[in-house]
Amino acid sequence: MTDRTLTRRLSAGLVPAVPYLWLGVLFLVPFLIVLKISLSDPAVAQPPYKPVFEWSDIAGFFSALDFENFILLTEDDLYFRATISSVRIAAVSTLLLLLVGFPIAYGMARAPERYRALLVAAIILPFWTSFLIRIYAWVAILKPEGLLTQVLVAIGLISEPLDILNTETAVYIGIVYAYLPFMVLPLFATLEKMDDTLLEAALDLGSTPWRSFWTITVPLAMPGIIAGSLLCFIPAVGEFVIPDLLGGSETLMIGRQLWSEFFSNRDWPLASAVAILLLIVLVVPIVIYRDVEARRLEAHR
Amino acid sequence: MTMRRLSVFNVTSLVIGFAFLYLPILLLVIYSFNASRLVTVWGGFSTHWYGALFRNEALMEAAWVTLRVAFLSATLATLLGTLAALALARYGRFPGRTLFTGMVYAPMVMPEVITGLSLLLFFVAVGFDRGFWTITLAHTTLTMCFVTVVVQSRLMTFDRSLEEAAMDLGAPPLRTFFSVTLPLIAPSIVAGFLLAFTLSMDDLVIASFNTGPGATTLPIKIYSAVRLGLSPEVNAASAILIGIVTVGVISATLLSKRSVLRSRRNSH
Amino acid sequence: MRRSFAPWVKPDAKPLIRFENVTKRFGDSTAVDHLSLNIFEGEFFCLLGPSGCGKTTLMRMLAGFETPTKGTITLGDQNLAGVPPYRRPVNMMFQSYALFPHMSVEKNIAFGLKQDGMSKDQIADRVGEMLRLVQLEKLARRYPSQLSGGQRQRVALARALAKKPKVLLLDEPLGALDKKLREETQFELMDIQHELHMTFVVVTHDQEEAMTMADRIAVMDHGRIVQVATPGEIYEQPKTRFIAEFVGDVNIIEGHVQGQENGLWRVKTSSAAVPLTIDDPDEVLHSGQAVAIAVRPEKMVIQRDPPGPSAINVLTGEVWDIGYLGDWTVYRVKLATGEILRVTRANASRFVENPIEWDEQVYVTFAPDAAVILAE
Repeated sequence: MTDRTLTRRLSAGLVPAVPYLWLGVLFLVPFLIVLKISLSDPAVAQPPYKPVFEWSDIAGFFSALDFENFILLTEDDLYFRATISSVRIAAVSTLLLLLVGFPIAYGMARAPERYRALLVAAIILPFWTSFLIRIYAWVAILKPEGLLTQVLVAIGLISEPLDILNTETAVYIGIVYAYLPFMVLPLFATLEKMDDTLLEAALDLGSTPWRSFWTITVPLAMPGIIAGSLLCFIPAVGEFVIPDLLGGSETLMIGRQLWSEFFSNRDWPLASAVAILLLIVLVVPIVIYRDVEARRLEAHR
Repeated sequence: MTMRRLSVFNVTSLVIGFAFLYLPILLLVIYSFNASRLVTVWGGFSTHWYGALFRNEALMEAAWVTLRVAFLSATLATLLGTLAALALARYGRFPGRTLFTGMVYAPMVMPEVITGLSLLLFFVAVGFDRGFWTITLAHTTLTMCFVTVVVQSRLMTFDRSLEEAAMDLGAPPLRTFFSVTLPLIAPSIVAGFLLAFTLSMDDLVIASFNTGPGATTLPIKIYSAVRLGLSPEVNAASAILIGIVTVGVISATLLSKRSVLRSRRNSH
Repeated sequence: MRRSFAPWVKPDAKPLIRFENVTKRFGDSTAVDHLSLNIFEGEFFCLLGPSGCGKTTLMRMLAGFETPTKGTITLGDQNLAGVPPYRRPVNMMFQSYALFPHMSVEKNIAFGLKQDGMSKDQIADRVGEMLRLVQLEKLARRYPSQLSGGQRQRVALARALAKKPKVLLLDEPLGALDKKLREETQFELMDIQHELHMTFVVVTHDQEEAMTMADRIAVMDHGRIVQVATPGEIYEQPKTRFIAEFVGDVNIIEGHVQGQENGLWRVKTSSAAVPLTIDDPDEVLHSGQAVAIAVRPEKMVIQRDPPGPSAINVLTGEVWDIGYLGDWTVYRVKLATGEILRVTRANASRFVENPIEWDEQVYVTFAPDAAVILAE
């Protein structure tokens, strides 16, 4: 009996232990390594930095660490500007996503019930097709001689080719396009649950539709607004593909900077320092997001 | 409940919203049948680029690598993610739970450049040769978190008394899991697998960091082609991928609808 | 036949289920508090109490889903400590019914039998027998989602009965049914229990349900059992004010004991001019003690004409409200002290000449043995 309970206990313990261990080794440990390497010196070697750890030389290990790379980050204002610009672009994009996403989510929530599942599927469907391909599609549209120019010239709105590609505007369009499902779905989830009689009660009590929207609908949709905004803002700050393909050379974004330090300059320690910088920028929104998500799931209990 | 009504504003925002979502994809598919080498100038209908695509061995090889990575990593991720979901939904407060939920939620929003870089540095540090397996392990780590969330939300809405009823009727915990819990959460596990598969197929950044000789995936290939300018072959490849996904999603929807209809018919 | 069934009064009868000094704590809160209870074989036993009183926890400990923090539970000769739910000869009908949605009705009923390793033929026989018992033969191949609430309730019952458990636990078995179906099902459950000679333990918050079905009722409050008795005793001789108020309607008149005369208690109250006379010989009280007098509304008499000078227990007031319920009429009478009494009168005849009206001065009387004295 005790033997069996012991085996049962052990096998039950495996359920959390296996994924825990996996994430510990392949998610947590790599972070510590990034931190360590961000504090090391570059070397002309393969890999191009001094060894990560040697047990024989623990004192040497600590003494070799320094903040050289971070000092470099502060000296060259390129990184500072890239960080500010990333946060700005992500924030503006999130705002645009809210403006575009809310009417869509609201329309979906007000649609007759039998169409709602179909509308949700239609929002998700583009997400299943490749992200890269969807961004690539915009290149052909936004090119100076591209489809957007052709259409606008044909209907006589403009005479000169539009030069949108390789500007920040193109990045905004790309982010809004690619992240729209992540904004619409959480918004829809909260708006759909909303009790319609609340709005009727507000109207009955003399509130105008516009005022009811701001005093009833928006506050009640807040959980969805927060979840959707975080879900878009956090990855957008570190976005690489969109600024790279649509943004051109003058669009500064930190994810792109990291990529070029790593792939073009082969400065791994500096790339790690940039990664840590990016992480510091995102740690607060990530913690908030985790709490929001955990609370949402616990609420089912 | 009161009747919900769609206003003109609602309908307009839906129409514009969905047009915005679908027009670029539609244009891409249409222009994949363009005879002209100039991607944005219509030169008549042709399937020329599809032929060229299938004769492009490097692209075909990359597609094969991508499928293998996606299948393997999605399978592993489904297994690990389901275990993690069970741990979060059924084990209450186990030691280190806060760290665990942190490790589950963070990779989903973490910029891919960070995840990709950190995994690469890890593989280099432990002396693991970069290639097929490093991409697979990296994708498993990322996608298992998505599987966890999908399965966990199903487990949270799951009526616990069903499991208690099975035990009450004499089924030990493991048999209860396989005869009651698993069949009921199976749809969410399948959804999690498909999500993991798609995310893996789709990933450029993490794969770029962790790739090695002989393990070039389709997104890496497409990305380098796009960097050199628009390519009609990429248009054709994209159209095929879009086609596969559309057919897959529609048939999955129809299948689930038919099983609902069948169970309804049985009742009469 | 049922009237003679009372093993709990026999001193040598051996109980089937024994809770001994059982305590269950969840963190800081105590759900069940040093509780002892005996349940006998063949009993239809009801655990009655408001939500959060610990009755469900008590049942879940018997089923094995919760482990007592302290104390022991025995079933027959077996101490249940450490026995997992799947090894207990106890089956439960869940409040939500917990029917497996991916299995047909017959598969649901067969589930428990399969766990015992029964042969296919034996299982088929037993499932058929159960389906006949709950009259669902025609729906054997349906899925739970295709059944009505009442049908689901029967499947849940059949599934729990299929293994012939020593004890059947029913958690709010009728809670999800509408009023009419609930009443029918109450009697059906009683018939089935009688037919199978099985021990039923029912958890309910509905006192009417408990009164109708149970041989004995345990009234619980804050994790303790306040009284265990037959439905009649619970209603007519409630031990505490909580029980008097929880089971049925009651008028409570507060006062102080003045003394005892000829075996009758005299209680001084602000509600009546003269002390009230109460016939409750079992109570041990002393002069000056604060007590509550409990009188059920149907045991009070309302009249317009003043009672004779020799009448006892007379209260005067005016009619505040009249509620006509068809079988009964309820009068709410306001006394000079502001207290409101609830008096009911059966509508024995279809037409009443000159009935009592709103705002009329009335007299309310009750017999000395109609009231119970509850020590405060």
